[in-house]
Amino acid sequence: MTHVLTHVTRRSFLTGAGLVLGLLVAPRMRAFAAVDGAVAGGGSNLAQLNAFVKIAPDDTVTILSKHIEFGQGPFTGLATIVAEELDADWAQMRAVHSPADDKIYANLQFGIQGTGSSSSIANSYLQFRTAGATARAMLVSAAASAWGVPTDEVFVEKGRILHMGSGREAGFGQFAAMAALITPPADVKLKDPEKFVLIGQQLPKLDTVSKTDGTAIFTIDVIPDDLLVALVARPSHFGAKIKRFDDTEARKIEGVVDVKAVPQGVAVYASNTFAALKGRNAVDVEWDLSEAEIRSSDEIAAYYRTIVTQPGLQAAESGDLQRNKSGDDLLKLERELLFPFLAHAPMEPLDAVFVPSSDGILDIYTGAQFPDMDRKTAAKVIGIDPERVRLNTQIAGGSFGRKAQFGSPYMQEAAAVFAATDRTRPVKHMWTREDDIRGGWYRPLYLHRVSGSISKAGRIIDWDHSIVGQSVMGKAGLDETSVEGAAELPYEIPNLKVTAHNTKLAVPPLWWRSVGHSHTGFTVETFVDELLEMVGADPVQGRLALLKEDQRYAAVLARAAEIASWGKPPAAGRERGVALVKSFGTYVAQIAEVSRGPSGGPVVHKVWCAVDCGVAINPNVITAQMEGGIGYGLGAILFNAITLGEGGAVVQSNFNDYRSLRINEMPDIEVAIIKSAAPPKGVGEPSVPPIGPAVANAWRRLTGARVTNLPINGLITS
Amino acid sequence: MKSWRKYTIAACCLAVLGFVGAVMFFYWPHGLPQVEASKAQPVGAELLARGEYLTTAADCAACHTTKTGKAFAGGLAFKLPFGTIYSPNITSDPQFGIGNWSDAEFVRAMKSGVGKHGEDLYPAFPYTSYALLSTDDILAIRAYLTTIKPISQPSPENQLAFPFNQRPLMRGWKLLFMPWHPFEPDTARDEQWNQGAYLVEALAHCGECHTPRGLMFQRKQSEALSGGDVDGWKAWNITSDKKYGLGMWSDQQVAEMLSTGHTKGHGVASGPMREAIDLSLSKLPASDIDAIVAYLRTVPPVTGDPNSAVVRTRDEVLSASSSPIGPDTQLGKEIYGGACASCHGWNGVGQFNPRAAISGGHALSDPEASNVVRVVLQGSSDHEAAPGKTMPAFAKIYSDAEVAALANYVVEHFSGRKGTVTAEEVLEAR
Amino acid sequence: MVKFMLNREPKNFDGDGETPLLWVIRDFEKLTGTKFGCGIAQCGACTVHLDGVPIRSCVTPIGALEGASVTTIEGVSGEEATAVKAAWVAIDVPQCGYCQSGQIMSAIALLQSTRTPDDKDIDAAMSGNICRCATYHRIRQAIHNAATSMEG
Repeated sequence: MTHVLTHVTRRSFLTGAGLVLGLLVAPRMRAFAAVDGAVAGGGSNLAQLNAFVKIAPDDTVTILSKHIEFGQGPFTGLATIVAEELDADWAQMRAVHSPADDKIYANLQFGIQGTGSSSSIANSYLQFRTAGATARAMLVSAAASAWGVPTDEVFVEKGRILHMGSGREAGFGQFAAMAALITPPADVKLKDPEKFVLIGQQLPKLDTVSKTDGTAIFTIDVIPDDLLVALVARPSHFGAKIKRFDDTEARKIEGVVDVKAVPQGVAVYASNTFAALKGRNAVDVEWDLSEAEIRSSDEIAAYYRTIVTQPGLQAAESGDLQRNKSGDDLLKLERELLFPFLAHAPMEPLDAVFVPSSDGILDIYTGAQFPDMDRKTAAKVIGIDPERVRLNTQIAGGSFGRKAQFGSPYMQEAAAVFAATDRTRPVKHMWTREDDIRGGWYRPLYLHRVSGSISKAGRIIDWDHSIVGQSVMGKAGLDETSVEGAAELPYEIPNLKVTAHNTKLAVPPLWWRSVGHSHTGFTVETFVDELLEMVGADPVQGRLALLKEDQRYAAVLARAAEIASWGKPPAAGRERGVALVKSFGTYVAQIAEVSRGPSGGPVVHKVWCAVDCGVAINPNVITAQMEGGIGYGLGAILFNAITLGEGGAVVQSNFNDYRSLRINEMPDIEVAIIKSAAPPKGVGEPSVPPIGPAVANAWRRLTGARVTNLPINGLITS
Repeated sequence: MKSWRKYTIAACCLAVLGFVGAVMFFYWPHGLPQVEASKAQPVGAELLARGEYLTTAADCAACHTTKTGKAFAGGLAFKLPFGTIYSPNITSDPQFGIGNWSDAEFVRAMKSGVGKHGEDLYPAFPYTSYALLSTDDILAIRAYLTTIKPISQPSPENQLAFPFNQRPLMRGWKLLFMPWHPFEPDTARDEQWNQGAYLVEALAHCGECHTPRGLMFQRKQSEALSGGDVDGWKAWNITSDKKYGLGMWSDQQVAEMLSTGHTKGHGVASGPMREAIDLSLSKLPASDIDAIVAYLRTVPPVTGDPNSAVVRTRDEVLSASSSPIGPDTQLGKEIYGGACASCHGWNGVGQFNPRAAISGGHALSDPEASNVVRVVLQGSSDHEAAPGKTMPAFAKIYSDAEVAALANYVVEHFSGRKGTVTAEEVLEAR
Repeated sequence: MVKFMLNREPKNFDGDGETPLLWVIRDFEKLTGTKFGCGIAQCGACTVHLDGVPIRSCVTPIGALEGASVTTIEGVSGEEATAVKAAWVAIDVPQCGYCQSGQIMSAIALLQSTRTPDDKDIDAAMSGNICRCATYHRIRQAIHNAATSMEG
């Protein structure tokens, strides 16, 4: 492989004008049948008009996505935004991952490059519109100067550059190279949203075809010649360390090349995956459990119960809870809810491929959610100059939060595995499903206690909510992600107190699709629903009456009720439940219709979902994310728990006991998108929080059984 | 006094006589009756063809060929409660096979269970069935076996505990349980029925697995063909009983099961029966299969433990959510949903492959789920007819507890009975 | 040495006969459309066709495949394959896309055996294919659409 690295002028086009040359990567010498990953930034000789837009001689426009595409649609969404301002035709748009660079490709909400918090579109909206508009202006300048006409006589429409007077016409490709030499205009005028022609349309997704014919290359598919596949024998308990290991049997297995201890366990290197699997099974490791987590989930929950009523970190306080302790008019309610650890279980288990080259550049291929952090971490672990590491973000088989980790602990493991070799051969480090289910970085186990009172007129008077669990951000003080959705309620409640308690476990915690809302939304929406039921209020009308000023809440709830024909009774044997959650700036209301299935648990027949995410960039993607998030959340609340058994080892191991929603359990879904001119917000997570409480509320109304211990079908894990 | 002494002497004499008799019974060398084919016996190529057909119908290969071994070279292990015995090499190799056996020795082995050197053979060799064969047929098999490529390979030594390693004891067993006469056609029945009887009782030796065995490992002929077991697999009741046996099957269904290993509504054959079908029954002419069916129709019905009656599967109503699931079968349901339903379907009718149509199979209503457990562990394959269109082996994939949960779910889902499989039983079945 | 057909081309494999077909396809033949998801036949990401029947290649040892004909997403063809892929693209079924090869292989086999499947047929044939993005709603629709398109 020969890499020609032209050092990119790393000057963000936003901060200063200037010429940004294309990144030129010579075609690789491909050995027969090797499968190479996608090189970050697209890699071929395209004219780069700015950090985000490249144009090829054949007129195709490639956007450089600073966000990883793992299913939530940023490739399509960001390309739509650029295409809109560029006046491109949708058929000419392409998308690739940008290089890893915390400065040029920073998430403007995070300050570093990263994907998460459903922020890809929200933080990029203006930036990518500007990128599109700037590129358009540069093309117009180039064409005008070539044609010798004033720029204000040159127009762009559906990917064609036109001069009205002369009837001259050209594609983008013809002027791309010229345009790339032009100093970008310092300020460009963005379109009036009323004139949008692509934003708001049901455009086909850019990554669909390659994901339909099997040609899409994920990290696991990167199979360079001479590859070593490495699996790590990992500890049975969180916090365990290697005491001793015996690799005699493993080394006897044909195909096993080496066995090495790394900080995370014992790495087995083999010439193919099956040999690595067999080799890892054959390694005999004894673990030192002296610093390991040996408590079971039950013991942890019992410990949390001793904390939940103690004074904690104040997340919200208003009014005076003490003053209204009594009163004939008030109906009181108190509940305790227990949320289990949850694994993300993306379809593609964690993996990374390291490809060293003779010129000292190390290429890393991985589905990075924090690419530049991963790059720097890998360089540090391996002990080389970060400038010599090129991280190529690959499309990933899901993540749901799993790949977004501060300090890049997964990359630390993968890099350590590479570093332990002689660094001459490519190495693929991968996890199996068992590693994934048992490997930690879970949505933490949380215990909630909430008490409150409601007046007979349906006004909630008191609300005292206490949450115990690990801080995902690792904070000593209040972690907002533990209380988001609980500390700020959509409902008018005069006397409110929300308390958090951070705990420390050896089980590593992580955000899980919708983060704090994954549990706070459940507690808030089931508790409100039960309070309303106590006073005989309708779940929709009762909520509408309680809502604060923000009209967007009322609008989504009313819209969901409208498409569900709320008011008409459901079929015999069915009940409906309502939930309303705003997360990551997006408002979602859901109504779920539920019956009792023959096996005794709930069957969800249909979900009506209304969403307000501001400007709807691509309704097709938004609808898909509503559908997918509902399915993901539903599977979790029906079936999922990671349980630490007696002694602290994880009970579950694979999809047989940490099961996923299957097609026969997927409800019919109807989605309505609220038309909005508000700045666009994300859609990857906000459909997850409401589905749990919507189903639980329907279930309670159907059966009288309150869901306070998840999952609802807790049979295999209890 | 005299008379007392007389009685004593008489008693002593009797005892000595008895002892001598017993010694003679157990240790007197077996005779070697001379044998000769009848005039009706074909010769030449025709004889070899007949021999090959009979060797197939008698399914000699099933026991005398290991999975990876050479044809008829023996070495297959039979794990019995009292030790392990190995099938011998029956190729024409003079040292390790039967190359230097005489015809008379071969016939004696088949009819009397006696080896070349006069040693008594263990009844794992189904000579109690083969004793019913005609001498002509045995000689035809012999003739065919001499054409098998000699393989110079010894069989492992048997590993049997005392007293089972004392071969002469078999003489007592044979005295009690060997048939006294060769097969005699029933003149009241037609030729087809008689051919069927000969196949079922003698050549195909169905009763060796399908007839229950008594304390002394003998076939309980009073309950003939009412179900037995082999290597932990259950061989089902194939009498004409409507609830326990084949009484509700159509002729065509029985024939289809015998020749293909599956028939709609009655499930699929697996384990040893799958092997018998692959190696033997599927290769028999249709007339033989029809003859077996005709005979089985007349086997007197035998009932059994109510829990061993077949439960008819309600295909039309079974679905992912149709059976009530308790904590003990939830895991099994998850596994079924992931690994099984996509091929077998939630109602067991088979999505793509008739061989996956398990619905109605006797195995699914067996609370002990013996066959379900084994087929899950070992898979079910047929390399010759359909490479890979097979049930994969899950032994290395699921734990004992998971296989037990799966088997219990399958039984409960398809029959409504409560499965009783434990993880320990699965471990034993591995 | 196992001789088998892969996407209509003869192949030999002389490694460990226990090697699951999945790893033969991916590691040795470098066909990467077929994915690893669980290794225990629970997720269906590794679904390929064996003599036309969908199987889980992660639990199918290569040693059992002498003479068999294996088809992967890269090689699947015919009326049903064309209809299914077109239906998938038309309504943008994939999200992360990782499970989709397996979903599509199962769907094609379903249409080959049942030309106009109803929802129950789809549930039965597709419930072994997990999609963590839960694109099930569109998978169901795409299968119905593919069946309709074949009628025309």
